Amino acid sequence: MSGGVDSAVAAARAVEAGHDVTGVHLALSKNPQTYRTGARGCCTIEDSRDARRAADVIGIPFYVWDMAERFHEDVVEDFYAEYAAGRTPNPCLRCNEKIKFAAVLDRAMALGFDAVVTGHYARKADDGLLRRAVDPGKDQSYVLAVLTPKQLAHSMFPLGDTPKDEVRIEAEERGLAVARKPDSHDICFIADGDTSGFLKKKLGSEQGEIVDAATGEVVGRHDGAHQFTIGQRHGLGLKVPAANGKPRYVLSITPVDNRVEVGPREALRIDRIRTGAPVWLGGERTGTFEGEVQLRAHGEVYPATVTVEDGGLTARLGKPAFGVAAGQAMVVYDPDPDAELGDAVLASGTIDAAESVEAAGV
Amino acid sequence: MAYLDHAATTPMLPRVLDVYVRTARELGNASSLHASGRAARRTVEEARERIGEALGAKPSEVVFTGSGTEADNLAVKGLHWARRDEGRGRVVSTAIEHHAVADAVAWLGDHEGADVTELPVDKLGRVRVDALAELLDERADEITVITCMWANNEVGTLQPIDEIVALATPLGIPVHTDAVQAVGHTPVCFTACQADALALSGHKLGGPTGTGALLLRRDTKCTPLLHGGGQEREIRSGTLDVPGIAALAEAVAHAVRTQETEAQRLAVLRDELVAGIREAVPETIYNGDPEQRLPGNAHFSFPGCEGDALLMLLDAAGVECATGSACSAGIAQPSHVLLAMGAGEDDARSSLRFTLGWPTTKAEVDALVAAIPEAVERARSAGLS
Repeated sequence: MSGGVDSAVAAARAVEAGHDVTGVHLALSKNPQTYRTGARGCCTIEDSRDARRAADVIGIPFYVWDMAERFHEDVVEDFYAEYAAGRTPNPCLRCNEKIKFAAVLDRAMALGFDAVVTGHYARKADDGLLRRAVDPGKDQSYVLAVLTPKQLAHSMFPLGDTPKDEVRIEAEERGLAVARKPDSHDICFIADGDTSGFLKKKLGSEQGEIVDAATGEVVGRHDGAHQFTIGQRHGLGLKVPAANGKPRYVLSITPVDNRVEVGPREALRIDRIRTGAPVWLGGERTGTFEGEVQLRAHGEVYPATVTVEDGGLTARLGKPAFGVAAGQAMVVYDPDPDAELGDAVLASGTIDAAESVEAAGV
Repeated sequence: MAYLDHAATTPMLPRVLDVYVRTARELGNASSLHASGRAARRTVEEARERIGEALGAKPSEVVFTGSGTEADNLAVKGLHWARRDEGRGRVVSTAIEHHAVADAVAWLGDHEGADVTELPVDKLGRVRVDALAELLDERADEITVITCMWANNEVGTLQPIDEIVALATPLGIPVHTDAVQAVGHTPVCFTACQADALALSGHKLGGPTGTGALLLRRDTKCTPLLHGGGQEREIRSGTLDVPGIAALAEAVAHAVRTQETEAQRLAVLRDELVAGIREAVPETIYNGDPEQRLPGNAHFSFPGCEGDALLMLLDAAGVECATGSACSAGIAQPSHVLLAMGAGEDDARSSLRFTLGWPTTKAEVDALVAAIPEAVERARSAGLS
């Protein structure tokens, strides 16, 4: 129970479904004050209190579990390391993979519980597959796709069949004070939402060049390549205008020489993606098959031909994507033609490379 | 349900509740000069006399506070401030103090420039008097105050207050003792112990939460924390909580009067609890001094288990107990007391405290002994995260 509205309603629904439910709030910082100061979704004393009060109202026992060390090692350190390597991590996904459905689930199972219930918006059908939520705007199957089938088997997502606004109404009806609490969007361990400042503190701010990818001309300077994400357009502080006056985007980040390349949007266009070893959630497949892929949380969906090869997945996109960064997850869905059960997650993998077939000369 | 956490708080005795409610219906500010005020004042002064009599103190040595924590803060900071001087600014504490003292001392160090010495303890959790003797040989002139608890709140070990006072008093150094866990549970006499200050709390002995007192010698200088109406010898301003004070006195008087027989009853139950747990889980470590300890305290480490997990499992089984101390967000920390006693971090995180009180029955002890094997088995399979 994060202290937000979703996990509170999920807990209440699990109780009503007849389960013996215990509320658990995760303490993710050794010193909660150092994370956020206001109640903004998770990780603060205010959130811990909100979660506790929700548990009171629902009528379940409540405990705080200290996962600070695990969280720091598996999520925060990973976040630094990925940025330092010029990649763009998704810490929420990592937290699901390593903390909520791993450390927490393992501990819960050992202590005699059968499953972890969360307020994620996703459906788990009778066939055991993970499927998109009814509410397309809230669907979180993407950040859950890292779960293994075993983890999924011991997970429950009671909110997948309900639109978010109905969840808020339900929270209100249940007398949960968090009914109107705003959603959390930022990264919970970055207190002020200043990711760039957070990374600078750890990774330093060594000056480097921003180079036009086509001409090799130095068009600006930066204080740390880790400040950038592939496809980023704003905050580049370029001093030399583009010849054609069009906006320029980050095309590549090379941490080794602290170099950032920029260029036109067309240069971000990719249609082939390779991932590392996939997690198969919808049964392992071989060869080539048709599906849909999603490349970011709440991002666009692309039709794709997916091939299992070299221990990873290669996806040929049916339409181009722009600004795809290594480190992001690619999630492969099996579309639900009737749009009843929701698209099912087949597999997920971390993106190693994204390229344009044309430009690669294949 | 088995409630085995009486050191956290114990229910108000029915007779105390009667006094509390009866007095709360009465009108009057004890500082007012009219008849209602005089009646309230009379209730307060009678309470002061009862507490003094029960604990071997003069009535004028009783300073009412709003909690044990406040009494400790008043003593530690107040005695330090009153005596600090050029060349004298060292507070001597111990490694096993409750946060009410430990954090007050740390604050003096961090914000008031005090030097802090923490006396070590032996493996039974008893403060090393030899370490104090050594310190006094070298630095007696620097010391403003020595503070040492009477009985430890976690492992229950009784502390050598007499020996500490015997070393400090001839040198003119005041001694404060946090007796929150001791009063009413083990014999305490303020005059006999010769400490300069002694803190007690109402809700640990059948009185109301939000009441406490500092016993403070008349001639011991203490700078106030609270300024205002000048109540309580101008050491603790604030309108006197007449019903709370009357109820506190009733609780202290009753607890002291019944202390000996109650201690015997609890020690028997406690020994049954200890024997039961050792039989059910042979590899447990019984912490603290097996003899010189509070009669209602049993404290164990369960190797390979997290105290947190055990607490949760026992709670689900209807048995309530405690781990170490918790921070504001509810995160358990490894016990600083066990660490000071030389336990490893793992053992310090794997401990549980069971504390018995006036309502405790044999059935509650039996419920714990019945529930502990399964809880330990599960907690062990969850391991130490």
